[in-house]
Amino acid sequence: MIQIRDTPLPRAGKAVGIQTIGMTMRFGSFTALDNVSIDVPAGTFHALLGENGAGKSTLVKCIMGFYHQTSGSLSVDGHEVSVQSPKDAATYGLGMVYQQFTLVPSLTGAENLVINRAHVPAIINWAKERKELAAFMERMPFKISLDRPVSELAAGEKQKLEIVKQLYLGRSFLILDEPTSVLTPAEADEMLGLVRGMTERGELTVLMISHKFHEVTKFTDAVTVLRRGKMAGSGLVKDLTTKDMAAMMIGDVKLAELDTRLPVPADATPILVVSDIKAPDRTGLKMIDIGNLTVRAGEIVGIAGISGNGQKELAEVLAGQRPPEAGSITVKGSLYGATRRETHINNVRFIPEEPLNNACAPKMTVTENLAFRTFDVKREGGDALWLDMKSMRRRAASLISDFKVKTASHSSPIASLSGGNVQRAVLARELTGDVDLLIVSNPCFGLDFSAVAEIRARIMKARNSGTAVLLLSEDLDELLEMSDRIMVMSDGRLVYETPALSADISVIGAHMAGHH
Amino acid sequence: MTIEVNTPTLSPLSTDARSLRPLLEWLARRAEPVVISLGAILAGLALFSLFILVVGKSPADLFRLMYTGGFGSWFSIQNSLSRAAPLLLTALCVALPARLGLVVIGGEGAVVLGGVAAAAIALPLTASVSPIVVIPLMAIAGMIAGGIWIGLAGVLRHYRGVNETIASLLLAYIAIALMNHFIEGPLRDPASLNKPSTAPLPAEYMLGNIPGMDVNWGLVIGIVACIIAWVLIEATSFGFAARIAGGNVRAAQIQGLPVGRLIVGFTALAGSFAGLAGMVEVAAVQGSANASLAAGYGYTGILVAFLARHNPLAIIPVAILLGGIDASGGLIQRRMGLPDATVLVLQGTLFVVILLCETFYGRFKIFNPDLWKSPGLRSNLSEGTA
Repeated sequence: MIQIRDTPLPRAGKAVGIQTIGMTMRFGSFTALDNVSIDVPAGTFHALLGENGAGKSTLVKCIMGFYHQTSGSLSVDGHEVSVQSPKDAATYGLGMVYQQFTLVPSLTGAENLVINRAHVPAIINWAKERKELAAFMERMPFKISLDRPVSELAAGEKQKLEIVKQLYLGRSFLILDEPTSVLTPAEADEMLGLVRGMTERGELTVLMISHKFHEVTKFTDAVTVLRRGKMAGSGLVKDLTTKDMAAMMIGDVKLAELDTRLPVPADATPILVVSDIKAPDRTGLKMIDIGNLTVRAGEIVGIAGISGNGQKELAEVLAGQRPPEAGSITVKGSLYGATRRETHINNVRFIPEEPLNNACAPKMTVTENLAFRTFDVKREGGDALWLDMKSMRRRAASLISDFKVKTASHSSPIASLSGGNVQRAVLARELTGDVDLLIVSNPCFGLDFSAVAEIRARIMKARNSGTAVLLLSEDLDELLEMSDRIMVMSDGRLVYETPALSADISVIGAHMAGHH
Repeated sequence: MTIEVNTPTLSPLSTDARSLRPLLEWLARRAEPVVISLGAILAGLALFSLFILVVGKSPADLFRLMYTGGFGSWFSIQNSLSRAAPLLLTALCVALPARLGLVVIGGEGAVVLGGVAAAAIALPLTASVSPIVVIPLMAIAGMIAGGIWIGLAGVLRHYRGVNETIASLLLAYIAIALMNHFIEGPLRDPASLNKPSTAPLPAEYMLGNIPGMDVNWGLVIGIVACIIAWVLIEATSFGFAARIAGGNVRAAQIQGLPVGRLIVGFTALAGSFAGLAGMVEVAAVQGSANASLAAGYGYTGILVAFLARHNPLAIIPVAILLGGIDASGGLIQRRMGLPDATVLVLQGTLFVVILLCETFYGRFKIFNPDLWKSPGLRSNLSEGTA
């Protein structure tokens, strides 16, 4: 079938603008997107804000042709177009950079660019391609080596290469989906600055999904905020404060407030002491090497670092999932090997990241999942051989109501709950009773504002009641808000420590990037 | 307990529907495995009918004969039950590890070694020791041999990361070779000429029949074993720990559960059930250990366990059904002139269809308990969701 089109073919290096009019997307009875109209003129940098589930990804998926909207339309440069697939979107110059990298790690940058072209010759004349690529890169503001395998590039370079790929493929309208989530603050600033430059020169139009206000205020021209699938507001960034934007995002929900931080006594007892731990990382090629890490009662120690620098491995060592090759871990003065008995005696609790995949059995019921910590102990103490289903159900019911877990029924599989409610259920299980040591990893990843506020409040409350908390997080803002001390992990080592109150974000960022 | 006074008046119909709803929810949850499994059996039978049509016979006649041969008379029912007995135990060998997320398919190895071990321990004792001592000793020897064999697959899995499916299958071949070594070598009864066997057990050392039936005690042993396995999994903290590890091994590790010991313990227990099946074959059917031990009970057990969705209680009816299909083989051969292997084609077809049907779980909205929660949801859900 020949498609009749009245829009001029996109030209690389010449920005196009888009408009959605009354975009609505229904999945069965659920309206994911309700009558959303946005206008992104050519050569602007537009931010799309909203909480998880607000409809941001649904909107961009409709624009890119992954979904077909129930009603509403899309215009490119003022002409209404019908985008049936991402391939169609490409013909209008629309492209998207995903949150996860889509480059082939074992191939070089140049190979990644060429194989992604729509028409690749059966036999590639690499000499010719290289010459053309060199000429193309001359025009690009991004300077990256195209001759190294992608696996050797740093996260910031990969992200730039993803954008370069889209430009190489001739896109002049880009959707960036949380493009800085894996970058250090300095990398993020550099990358967004270059993108900003391209929009100012009229070479590119950008629609960026983000939840970081400082990026939005610093780099973008205009913002659209979605809430529960509806337009919650829009405007020029220069006319709006961060507070206005936050209010549009969450509506009139009252957020849980953090307890006032009690001071850590100077003589607080060390609860967790990690010394000279060495363990192989997941590739087996590098080692993680923790010289000394002490967490005292009543303080939160935050571990910052870019994903993949050994934080996961450290958490696994502490949880007994990764046996260390050397060194010792003590909890409250005695050696700790993360057996069930030791966790029970010392009141150690773990809240791993992605709780559904790491702390729950997805197909088991909510009641069963809530019993994981207690099913084998009798109420009066001692090991239980027989399951006490009655007390299991009673306990689950009280945890569900105490922590306001929203579930269709207590016997629904836990996988049927929303992310925030799974996290609430895990917190209910792990934060009930005496807790002396709490090890938490990215507790708020992917959760909405109210769940985040509530979870942080609960952790702060535990800290104030004397729990030692080790918080591993990729979110610097979270670490700055929650921690008493911040340590930076880079390349498997703890390379920097600072009290959170006097922390300098640029110094932390430099250490995260490996400059120390 | 509070009493609400100001509840809005509901029409009698909606009150009825509301009181029914918990029941419907419960039914929806429970019906899914039953309906899908039955559907799988029917689809398998339909496919098999096509095969029968292709070879030029009438499927209707065949199914009628199958019913007659399996369940048509007291004689055939007893025949089916006898054949079901070892399947109960070998199915447990698959079902128990499956609850831990392991696919063990080498139960056959545990059966043959269990049989050889039982015969080996009995032979030197039959002259002097009473059967009351020897028969339990045979059972224990069979269970230990089978337990070690499948437990080994668990050890390899946990400590060396070897795939337990492959390991248990290869171990089964080694086990069969070992059995041949023993019954043709050190344990061979010189009197067994055409079929190398161990010396026959004297009659008083055999497990007899259940009183009033022509079915040996193996059936009772199998049913008791299924009940014990069910209690272990559903009602004890060990079973719960195993279900956590099977549901998500990372969550189990975070809770400090001894995943390694659970894996080795459950695989060893599973193997000991299959080893017991071998002992029953020797002590109740064959009277000696010989090549007939490797009759495929271990493999048919895989089919039974998958069809029962690894629920030890569901294994009981499924094993009897497959015992019936097996029992009808002879009749089909005689009356329809089809080879004995025809029932194997049926078993294979059923197995493939059952594996296929695993993908249907969660696909049918009617089994979604949420569907039965509020009346408004129902019409909305049926529009289809993405």
